[in-house]
Amino acid sequence: MESDIDEQQGADLLARLIRNELPDEHGRYGPFGGCYAPETLVPALTRLAENVYRYLDDDDFMAHLDSQLRGWVGRPTPLTLAAGLGKRWGAEVYLKREDLAHTGAHKINNALGQALLAREMGAKQVIAETGAGQHGVATAAACARVGIPCTVYMGAVDIQRQAPNVDRMYQLGAKVVAVETGDRTLRAAIDEAFRNWVADPEGSYYLLGSAVGPHPYPYLVQRLQSVIGTEAREQMLNIAGELPDLAVACVGGGSNAIGLFHPMLADDSVEFLGVEAGGHGPGLGDNSATLAAGKPGVLHGSYSVLLYDGDGQIQDTHSISAGLDYPGVGPEHSLLKTIGRVSYVTATDESALSALQECCAVEGILSALESAHAFAGAREWAQQNPGKRILIGLSGRGDKDMPTLSQHIPSPLVATGDAA
Amino acid sequence: MTETPSPRDRISDALRTANADGKVGLIPFITAGYPDKDVFVDTLKAIACEGDVVEVGVPFSDPMADGVTIQRSSHAAIAAGVSLQWILDELKAAGDIGAPIVLMSYLNPLLAFGFDELAEKSAAAGVCGFIVPDLPWEESESFRHSLDSKGLALVQLVTPVTPDARLELLCKGSQGFVYAVTITGITGGDVALPPEVTNYLDQVNSHTELPVCAGFGVRHAEQVDNLGKHASGVIVGSALVERLEAGDDPAAFLASLRA
Repeated sequence: MESDIDEQQGADLLARLIRNELPDEHGRYGPFGGCYAPETLVPALTRLAENVYRYLDDDDFMAHLDSQLRGWVGRPTPLTLAAGLGKRWGAEVYLKREDLAHTGAHKINNALGQALLAREMGAKQVIAETGAGQHGVATAAACARVGIPCTVYMGAVDIQRQAPNVDRMYQLGAKVVAVETGDRTLRAAIDEAFRNWVADPEGSYYLLGSAVGPHPYPYLVQRLQSVIGTEAREQMLNIAGELPDLAVACVGGGSNAIGLFHPMLADDSVEFLGVEAGGHGPGLGDNSATLAAGKPGVLHGSYSVLLYDGDGQIQDTHSISAGLDYPGVGPEHSLLKTIGRVSYVTATDESALSALQECCAVEGILSALESAHAFAGAREWAQQNPGKRILIGLSGRGDKDMPTLSQHIPSPLVATGDAA
Repeated sequence: MTETPSPRDRISDALRTANADGKVGLIPFITAGYPDKDVFVDTLKAIACEGDVVEVGVPFSDPMADGVTIQRSSHAAIAAGVSLQWILDELKAAGDIGAPIVLMSYLNPLLAFGFDELAEKSAAAGVCGFIVPDLPWEESESFRHSLDSKGLALVQLVTPVTPDARLELLCKGSQGFVYAVTITGITGGDVALPPEVTNYLDQVNSHTELPVCAGFGVRHAEQVDNLGKHASGVIVGSALVERLEAGDDPAAFLASLRA
């Protein structure tokens, strides 16, 4: 399991990725990916892979998905010219508005596609994990729409900081299980969802929310999220008249980033920037900057870059945004970093908060804390590269973050009479 | 002069010897260094007196195939400073504990250690094989290659949902013994013995000459007795760890299972 790739091998791997020849028959993106699952899940994953390749290449299935994406999710989502940010940054800034998709984030693209797949596969129930709660809400909504019962595992820490989303899941008919083991965030929720899938691998469908996990999940999630980049590419050509110089997205597990980047990987003129959570700073345990500080290892079913110590124990992470608070990253991102096609940087909690406030102030858009990391990364890049055209993946809206935001930025109430 | 058996053969020999004595093979499992790091080797020797093969759990931060007991013991052991290096150092210093040792570990601690160095140091510490619950056969080639050079076993797990063709592949590939997971689920439950379970164990046996050992959810003498009619041995993990947590004598508990 070597991850040393020379320039020629890197170019070959990129060409294969663009031709959709990766992941290969072993579920690999070069050295990354694979299927490191408990034996009980191997038959279920084999069956899932067969169905993924069957249905994602089936015209009827894809036409039905497309009609649901239009009629129920509200796609295509708009591309917004962010003139205020552009003026401040000395750039031409466009926002791909996944915050306007049904349930408020890009997560619905994947949840709907997989819920439809689960129905085709005859699943009796859906299980899912959630960090920020956006994937949980999207899964609850998609399962209600498709008509399959759904259970969502959510870390107890995340239940606290994303309370509005817990209530939304209940309203949408999902059963929410608080995970009190491990680090009680997204990572523990994934551990627990896997444990429950192991107990019923044939009747349950595990609806994984990011581009991580054993094969075929990273591929399945990339395919379902690529609607973001496919639409954005066409909208850039129609509205801006040209492709962006830079496409930026936040990266936790990396589903919205892979969805935005993948359809434009063949466009040589486009640079890509993934922004990870820099948390409080570079210290061990103070951030979730997997690609910046990690090394290859195996967690949650795939070989990819991870944060772990010298004994192989997975590190606790920190981010102000629950959706980025994860010690791993999808295997396609590990490849894209290794071959140099995508640059990955970090944004601290503080810079994400200030970027969020700036976007509110000049664009009238409350972005999710996760997406605010993309704004922070884009702002810094714009300072170093003046006059460029920048496309930002605005992956979700920030309503769910109000408890955290109120804590960090208290709202001063204006008394009657002082209003003027 | 008889040839020294390879480490992997020591595992199967120990189980066959128990069977030849009219006993069900017994494989006790403990999480290394839990609940008390200072008495790890003493505990190991005590359970080795009652067991035929001893399984030592390398703690991992994310034990996704384990129930609450092993999750608890793993996190506590990590907090107490137990690592793969510490375990190998302790085992090497202890010398022969009286039974072949198999290490159970998730893959990442093994990757972090490095496969070749691990095989060498494990052999030197008297370890005879490995059980790796998140390493399916298809991903195991490089690790098997490292273990082969020292004659160490990579024990394959099979489950009630393993299709027949795959069962044959895994049984053929396994070394030391075949680990038959009795339930579709995680460790720590309580397995009943409906005809499906006994039929499944008989089916596993039909694919291999190696001893077949049943694990997950084994806690009572009656289960051990019944499983023994369809398997060469049983693995007792969570139930033993719970006894250790309660301060009970592990040897007495193990002896009661084969009474």
